[in-house]
Amino acid sequence: MLPSCFLCVTLILIRVRNINGADLSVTRTCRMFSSLKQRVEDVLLPGDEFSLETDDTISLTEAVKPEKAVCGPGLRRSGDRLVVCKSGVLRHKPPNVFWIDSQQRRYVPAKGETVIGIVTAKSGDVFKVDVGGSEQASLSYLAFEGATKRNRPNVQVGDLVFAQFIIANKDMEPELACIDSSGRANGMGVFGAGGLLFRVSLGLVRRLLSPHNEVRSDLETLFPCELVVGMNGRLWVRSSSIQQTLIIANLLQSCETMTAQQRKELFRRVQQGAL
Amino acid sequence: MKDTPLSNCERDFLLRAIEEKKRLDGRQTYDYRRIKITFGTDYGCCFVDLGKTRVMAQVSCELVAPKENRPNEGIMFFNIELSPMASPAFEQGRQSELSVKLNRQLERCLRNSKCIDTESLCVVSGKTVWQIRVDIHMLNNDGNLMDASSIAAITALCHFRRPDVGIQGEEVTVYSPEERDPIPLSIYHMPISVSFSFFQQGTYLLVDPCEREERVMDGLLMIAMNKHREICSIQSSGGIMLLKEQVMRCSKIASVKVSEITELISKALLNDKAARKAGGRCGFAESMPQERITALKTEETPMEMKDVTERANDIIQKAEAPPPAVSSPVVPVPGVGQVGQQNTWGLEEEDEEDEEEDGEEQKETVAKMEEDQHEMEDRGAGDVVEISDSEEEEVVILHPEIPGKAENTGSGSHQQGAATSQKRQKK
Repeated sequence: MLPSCFLCVTLILIRVRNINGADLSVTRTCRMFSSLKQRVEDVLLPGDEFSLETDDTISLTEAVKPEKAVCGPGLRRSGDRLVVCKSGVLRHKPPNVFWIDSQQRRYVPAKGETVIGIVTAKSGDVFKVDVGGSEQASLSYLAFEGATKRNRPNVQVGDLVFAQFIIANKDMEPELACIDSSGRANGMGVFGAGGLLFRVSLGLVRRLLSPHNEVRSDLETLFPCELVVGMNGRLWVRSSSIQQTLIIANLLQSCETMTAQQRKELFRRVQQGAL
Repeated sequence: MKDTPLSNCERDFLLRAIEEKKRLDGRQTYDYRRIKITFGTDYGCCFVDLGKTRVMAQVSCELVAPKENRPNEGIMFFNIELSPMASPAFEQGRQSELSVKLNRQLERCLRNSKCIDTESLCVVSGKTVWQIRVDIHMLNNDGNLMDASSIAAITALCHFRRPDVGIQGEEVTVYSPEERDPIPLSIYHMPISVSFSFFQQGTYLLVDPCEREERVMDGLLMIAMNKHREICSIQSSGGIMLLKEQVMRCSKIASVKVSEITELISKALLNDKAARKAGGRCGFAESMPQERITALKTEETPMEMKDVTERANDIIQKAEAPPPAVSSPVVPVPGVGQVGQQNTWGLEEEDEEDEEEDGEEQKETVAKMEEDQHEMEDRGAGDVVEISDSEEEEVVILHPEIPGKAENTGSGSHQQGAATSQKRQKK
């Protein structure tokens, strides 16, 4: 699942703007596109540049087609150059999307991302929720499915909520909501009785959320379990017994530093009941 | 910055797991986490890893005037610092409750038990004595800071060597380590603290709680003992009521643990002694590749890379071609001629330099492969829509034809590129 920086593109039509440090820029150049394509799947470091190289000759006969490249997190435009500002691997999604796949543990709120938050305070009409960012986010009590002024949601301090950001930028306090734009809960809301919450890195979370990933399919071969993945690096898991829940939590935490080979080996051993 | 709050579900889960005698990391009730003791270059510098909890102790000494009521004894000074590195809950500068508590506990454990012979620290009675100062820094907090600190403190004290002094009447000469070998402190015994955490009003007991377990515990019992089964200090906090049998049981468990840990410390000290005899600067040299200075260490992860080795060989082969000495004249731009060495009169150098620097960076990138810690997979589908950038106009930069100059500046700016990349590496 791509971070919401890309989804923002549908709403912001014109200006190049900084959103959570991710610069969305559309650059029209023929050669930069091909030089970007050459470096896909390469490890890039901050400071690497893609400069506007143009052809030596410009043909006057055929129409010059400007190719737009949409740049996501980790790529930033400065003048006529595209500069890498995070270390990681350059990824490409055809037709023209490029971004840097980087790894970190600290979460920065971004609009549209679904996260697991911990309710820390109830003040008036608003809950204060800790999402792991620099500030606590606010969650209105009306932003739940079927909530009215008379019918308040049953949320206590210390509960877990699965919500998505409706406002998340560096100038304002982040805001969450447990309903989507059509008013339905769509899987969001209060949850958490009986499971275990733990932290992992953001890279592992994005891997778990991508459509056909191996970690999830390996996990499916083990015990049946419920898994909630928050994009702020928090995972919640519940299985039929405490032992199984602990096993799954430890396996997921160790998946960060294992190759696919080692992971399959470990999951196979668990399946055979060795652990 | 505040620490993340503990959610209800975590608390319930932990308490239920403890009732079933299960811990988060799979340990048994009386198990300690893995203890690792390493030393730095100086005598008296010691790092202790208790699972993920990491603590550094440093011992230093100074000649001072003694206290008035004890003119024959040296002075011991302990200081525990909770660095913000260890946890977001620790603030720099402020003396929090936890910091006061840890300081008091360590002082009672080490000073009141008289584990160090302070009379041997006296140089001139009533005038000059040694003041031994133990500074302990928390580098990472994953629970049970007290045990880690006590292990670090006593190990550092055992490891420390003070300078030799010569006394001529009233004159005191301090010999440097080159002149005379430094002397170890005289330590009678090694008190080590063992922490027990209690849950559900004293029904369940866990040894060496990790950070999550510390958050849900009701109370903590700390017993400091040495390997001769002498109790140096007992402290109970949290206000729980304990039965006599419970305290006796805890002390028996503590004596077993303390003897194991004392063994570990002696072995570590012996290894370090042997390594120093053999190799000289063993502590620091060993710490370099492991990056021991950092608080959190993550293991290496392999990277998916395409064609790295071929590209690397390619670049290395290309780079090794020595720059040829140019003797024939070259026409860089129509109207300008040049013979001999490269001049730097600003004739469109930046672009060529950029291109060459790209090559240098690729080499650096390849060299840093093993330090990268990513394992990425391809992402899936997502909604992407192009935006029309109405403010931008198409910009085309025209360069004149400069074939000869490109070859010449290639070799010249290659060296420049190498210089800048070296500068970058130095930074």
